[in-house]
Order: sequence, then C-alpha cells, then structure tokens
Amino acid sequence: MVAQWIPVLVYLSLCAALSVAMFVASALLSVRGRNNTPATFDNYECGEEPDGAAWIRFHPRYYIVALVFVAFDVEAAFLFPWAVNLRGAGWLPLVDMFVFLGILLIGWAYAVRKGAIKWQ
Amino acid sequence: MIPNPWLNGLVVGGAVLAVLMTLGALASWWERKFSARLQGRVGTTILGPWGILQPFADAAKMIQKEDLIPRDADRVLFYIAPLFPVTLVLGLAAVIPFAGYWADGVWHGAAMVADVDVGVLFVLALSGLMVFPLWMAGWASNNKYSLLAAMRAVAQGVSYEIPMVLAALVPVIASGKLSVTGVIAWQAEHGWIVARLPVVGFLAFVLFYLTSLAEANRIPFDIPEAESELVGGVITEYTGIKSGLFILSEYLHTLVASAVATGMFLGGGHVPGLAGLPIWAQVVISLAAMWFKTLALFVSIYWIRWSWYRFRSDQLMELCWRYLVPGGLGLVASTAVAVSLGWV
Repeated sequence: MVAQWIPVLVYLSLCAALSVAMFVASALLSVRGRNNTPATFDNYECGEEPDGAAWIRFHPRYYIVALVFVAFDVEAAFLFPWAVNLRGAGWLPLVDMFVFLGILLIGWAYAVRKGAIKWQ
Repeated sequence: MIPNPWLNGLVVGGAVLAVLMTLGALASWWERKFSARLQGRVGTTILGPWGILQPFADAAKMIQKEDLIPRDADRVLFYIAPLFPVTLVLGLAAVIPFAGYWADGVWHGAAMVADVDVGVLFVLALSGLMVFPLWMAGWASNNKYSLLAAMRAVAQGVSYEIPMVLAALVPVIASGKLSVTGVIAWQAEHGWIVARLPVVGFLAFVLFYLTSLAEANRIPFDIPEAESELVGGVITEYTGIKSGLFILSEYLHTLVASAVATGMFLGGGHVPGLAGLPIWAQVVISLAAMWFKTLALFVSIYWIRWSWYRFRSDQLMELCWRYLVPGGLGLVASTAVAVSLGWV
C-alpha cells in the first residue's frame, strides 16, 4: 500500500527540483542593478509613493465564506467512503445519505437566507 | 509501468515532466498565436517558424532579469512562494494514466507515474493546496493589489472546490473506484461518463470543467488577476523567473486539469475498437486519443478566455454558492439513486 506512493514521491521531488533549478539558474545568471535607488525597492502603487502597509484588517465576509466552506468540505470528506461503497449496498446507505444531505441543505438555505453569501 | 517503483517514478515521471513542461512552454506560444488569430493580428513571427521559439527566448529573458524583493515584504515567504505553484500543478499529473490497453478483458492504465488507490482524492487535495502559494505571495508582497488579489483567489479557490468535489463524486459513485485508472477502466467497459449517465453525466462534466476554470483562475473566473483593476494580481511585486513560474503554473494548470477532466468523464485514453489489437498498438492509439481529448478541452479553455468577459467578484461567489453547490448535490443524489436502482 505504501509502495504505490514511492513513484509519486519521486515524481514530486523531480517537480520540486525543477522549480529549485530555475531559482538557481536565475540566481546565477540574473543581472544586479548598480544604481538602484531607495525607490527601486518600494512597493508598486501605480508610481505613487506607497501609502502605508498593505497588512490591514479586511472585510469579515471572507471569514464567513471560510466558515461555510469548512462545513461543506467536511461533508465532502464524508461523502467519499459512502460513494465508493454505494453500488450493491442496498437502500439503507442511500436513505442515510439523503437525511445527511437534507440537514446540510437546511444549513445551506439558512446561510443563503442570512445573506452569508451576499457580497455587499 | 516499470516493476521497480523508484525507477518507475524516475523514468516515467521524468518523461511526463518533460512532456508537460514542453507543452506548457508551447502553450504560451500557441495562446499568443491563437489570440492573435481571434483578433485579426499575426502574433509572434520572428524566432523560428511562426515564432515557435518565442517561449524559450522568454524563459531566457526571465532567468536573466534582476531579482528584486520589496523593502517592506516578508522576505522569506516572498522568496519561497514561487517554488510551489509549478510543483503542485505538475504533481497533479502523477496519478493520471496517459494511455491504456485491454488485457484479459480488463482495461489497464499505462504511461502513468503511479496507480494510486485514492488517485481522485490525491488530485482534489493537491488542487486544493493551490491557494496556499497564492496567499503566501499575496500576503508577503505587502502590496495592496497583491493582497486584494490573494484574498479573492483564496475565497474563489475554496468556494469552487466544493462543486468540483461534488462533480468528481459522480464518476466515483458510478464506478465505485477512487483511483483514476479504476474510473477509466469502468468507463472503458460500460461507456464514458458523459454518455453513460444521460444528462447527469454531461452536467457533471460541465460542472467539473467550470470549476477547473475557476481553480486555474481562467476567464470567466479570473477576477483574482483582473489586470484592469489589480495590476498583476499576486505577482505584481515579482520579477524575472519568479513571476514566470506563476505564469507557467497557470498554463500547466489548465493543461493538467484538462487531462483530469478527460480521465474522469471522457474515458481517458479509451476509444472504441481497441480490443484485439496488439498491446503496443493499443498503447500508442490510446496515448494519441488521450492527448487529442485533453488538447481539445485545453483549446476550448483558451477560446473562452479570449472571447468572453470576466464575472465580478460578488457574482462569482453568488454563482458558486447559490447555484453550483446545490446543483452539484443534486447531481450526486441523482447518480446515487440511479446506481441504487441499477440503471447504470
């Protein structure tokens, strides 16, 4: 069971090595500016001087999206073992999953009603 | 498949990597030619025939460019973020069989790095990880455009992952297999998912295709890098090969996502009439068929990209949560009922 992951490991290492190789090539071959001014290392803000840091508080709607996502992602994790074994398993697992999905749909309807996905 | 797993990873993995990188480079040239044709322009013409050597010149240029790190950036995160996107999208290809053949009445995968039991999960998990390098880059840049782009990219990436998982469940339920080879073998025996499950299979394919566009940040879902309002998106502050790696990862992402969609819904390398041919002929034909289907999907992605508009951020989230998520649940439920009734 573990052995089937060995080629994946080797392949992923090759992929990572490729990215690293490009970094190395760039480090060796890239030019270095001789007359860089302090403005060279400013953040880009359309040519203006940057106005404060970008690390600010941001809108809570992103937090709500993350919450809804977690609920549905956990549900998806439960669906996979069920999906693989459904064929020939009879009606009980089907009914079980419909109850489960039904509860989830109520949660979805609640989120929609409360405007959790509204992006105002 | 070579019996020794280490050697198989090295040889087949190296070959898959070489093919994907070549195609990724050619894709950037091809897109320029294709978009030029759509807009009545000529595109690249100077380097090589039809300008086909342009991507190699671009790569050489990017490697030589000065590597600037903004003064206010989070230096470590900013430096390592570009290492991940190309690695992750290339990694997706690890479990895809690019060819196949009939032996003893069973379809076997060939030209694949690894036949992993949970290949479908592996693909979904890796593509879910793609939001991390984007967020690392956007946050570490300490640039307002980058940060906004990264937030949009994460919100979009995690949202569209849900309908993508639901669409991927349809072939899993039908075949009862979690390995990509298993799903393709079931399709070779019973018919491709798009056709075998009337309507539901086709809708699931469309849903998977749309969510792949969203995961790869392609039009109509490319608001995270909307250049008219966000400059360069998360790569605004990156120079040289680092921005090049982000751009390359997007070409590779659309390419690999097309291959995944082909395997899950269009039968992978399977075409009718292969049974009975010698194995080498089957492998050659199925390899050609796999790439034909994959590249056809790939072309359609860029066709959409150059002829359509992008959705606004709020429309995007609304589309996903209000329509695609319940739609995906409906597809899963109908497939489950159909399988339980013995219709498929």
